[in-house]
Amino acid sequence: MIELDKVSYGFGGTALFSQLSLNLTAGSFHFLTGPSGAGKTTLLRLCYADLRARSGKVRLFGQDAATLDRDAVALARRRIGVVHQNCEFLDHLTIAENIALPLTVSDRGGEAAQNLQELLNWVGLGAQANQLPPELSGGERQRAALARAVIMSPDVIIADEPTGNVDWEMSQRLMRLLAELNKMGKTILIATHDLHMIRAMKTDVSARVLRLRDGQLLQAGADL
Amino acid sequence: MKALLELILGDPQADRAVPPTGMTARLTVFVAAVMAFLAVITLAISLTTGRVAEAWAQELAQSATLRLPVDPQTSDALLLSALDVLETTPGVTSVRALSETEQQALLEPWFGPDLPLESLPIPQLIEIITGGDDYDADGLRARLSAQVPGAVLDDHTSWRAPLLEAASRVRLISWSVIILIGATIAAMITLAAQASLSANAQVIRVLRLVGARDTYIARAFVRRYTSRAGLGALVGVVVGIGATVLMPQGGSGDSILIGVGFVGAEWLLLVMIPILSAVTAFFATRAAAFRRLREQT
Ligand SMILES: Nc1ncnc2c1ncn2[C@@H]1O[C@H](COP(=O)(O)OP(=O)(O)O)[C@@H](O)[C@H]1O
Ligand SMILES: [Mg+2]
Repeated sequence: MIELDKVSYGFGGTALFSQLSLNLTAGSFHFLTGPSGAGKTTLLRLCYADLRARSGKVRLFGQDAATLDRDAVALARRRIGVVHQNCEFLDHLTIAENIALPLTVSDRGGEAAQNLQELLNWVGLGAQANQLPPELSGGERQRAALARAVIMSPDVIIADEPTGNVDWEMSQRLMRLLAELNKMGKTILIATHDLHMIRAMKTDVSARVLRLRDGQLLQAGADL
Repeated sequence: MKALLELILGDPQADRAVPPTGMTARLTVFVAAVMAFLAVITLAISLTTGRVAEAWAQELAQSATLRLPVDPQTSDALLLSALDVLETTPGVTSVRALSETEQQALLEPWFGPDLPLESLPIPQLIEIITGGDDYDADGLRARLSAQVPGAVLDDHTSWRAPLLEAASRVRLISWSVIILIGATIAAMITLAAQASLSANAQVIRVLRLVGARDTYIARAFVRRYTSRAGLGALVGVVVGIGATVLMPQGGSGDSILIGVGFVGAEWLLLVMIPILSAVTAFFATRAAAFRRLREQT
């Protein structure tokens, strides 16, 4: 689905990582851990063509991301649901409208009504549907971001610290949700520094845990 | 063209994606209205000038004056042969020798009423009214020089030329002003659209992240500025028409010819103003939006 092949990236002069490879095969489940500032968010942004690799290749659904034009990038992003670390919303639209936004911008707005309410209930935001994003707590925003990421029924779901602001119970619920989606065949990549959660999840799904540290991406061992 | 159609039929939901901006919106409508108002006034002046000049030139073209040499011995004979020549000239509809009183009336504004005309050598004038296409001034001139030596035919060309020249200058300047007004609308819309694109950078980023194509995002801005420029210009045109009604409307009778305002097909030009304003805004905003979007990931 998404493949990084000897990719380098860095902000300004310094390289954050180089020669980094990662292959997200269809139906796989990956956790990405590592200390804060290691470059987890940066790596995810490369995966949805928000950043362009300095060298090496990023392949999205078999296509070289460097050769995609702007429309092709937009189309690829419709197949990748993203929960951004800072949960970016349109503050003038209601939560329900924000969650339906990927459908709206794909001219599929009509499909939103059916499963929107179901989705809102599923992330526990049934009552907040008509509130504006700034009125929500951090955890509520993260749940809304997850709902927005899955509304298009994308092939790949990428989540950047999706449980950063939610309590343990809610984080378990969100994770079970992602595990369920994985069982339905979706490819999942989650960046998190929450090792507790990873341990709890490992019983539910056969997830691979990767650790990003000092520019190296390593398979995490039994030390988890 | 396809983009224009999409814009008209397009999904109004796209408008919601970009938050409304009160101040820029009102200023855009205001400037478009003022520009359209100026365009209406300029058009009214240009079209009226054209009509007036044409009417006067036409009148002058249909008349000529024959001036007979001053010679007390032969004047009666010359007058008779001149009238004879003129009456047999094709295209001449009426010929009339001016009486002494009429000639005096012509001179009165310059010399006052007490001028003893009979004691002065004043050339006899004959007024000629022409009509139809078969009037041939050069042919007439040739015949006159043979049969009425010393007679001078004045067909008012020297009056008509500068009049038409002046009218065409006014028209040229008016059209330049209208082109400048169009350019000003384009520049103003570009600035406003750029400001609003900058103000909405975060909105654009979110839309791109959830998979919106550039055309979708651009459409939201283009729709707005196109309708604002069109609406503003419409208001400006209506106010402009109101203003032309207040302008001098000429005398009675042929007032429609020299009154400041619009006649017949000229009204179509007024209809074109809001349309052109909207079309200008459409292309200006589209260009600004795509330029800005290409700078983002
Ligand atoms: N837009 C940016 N411009 C410059 N430096 C950045 C930018 N984004 C991130 N960085 C830097 O890159 C490094 C990795 O950031 P990030 O990928 O967010 O790490 P993580 O998500 O693992 O905490 C950090 O040192 C951060 O300061
Ligand atoms: Mg991060």
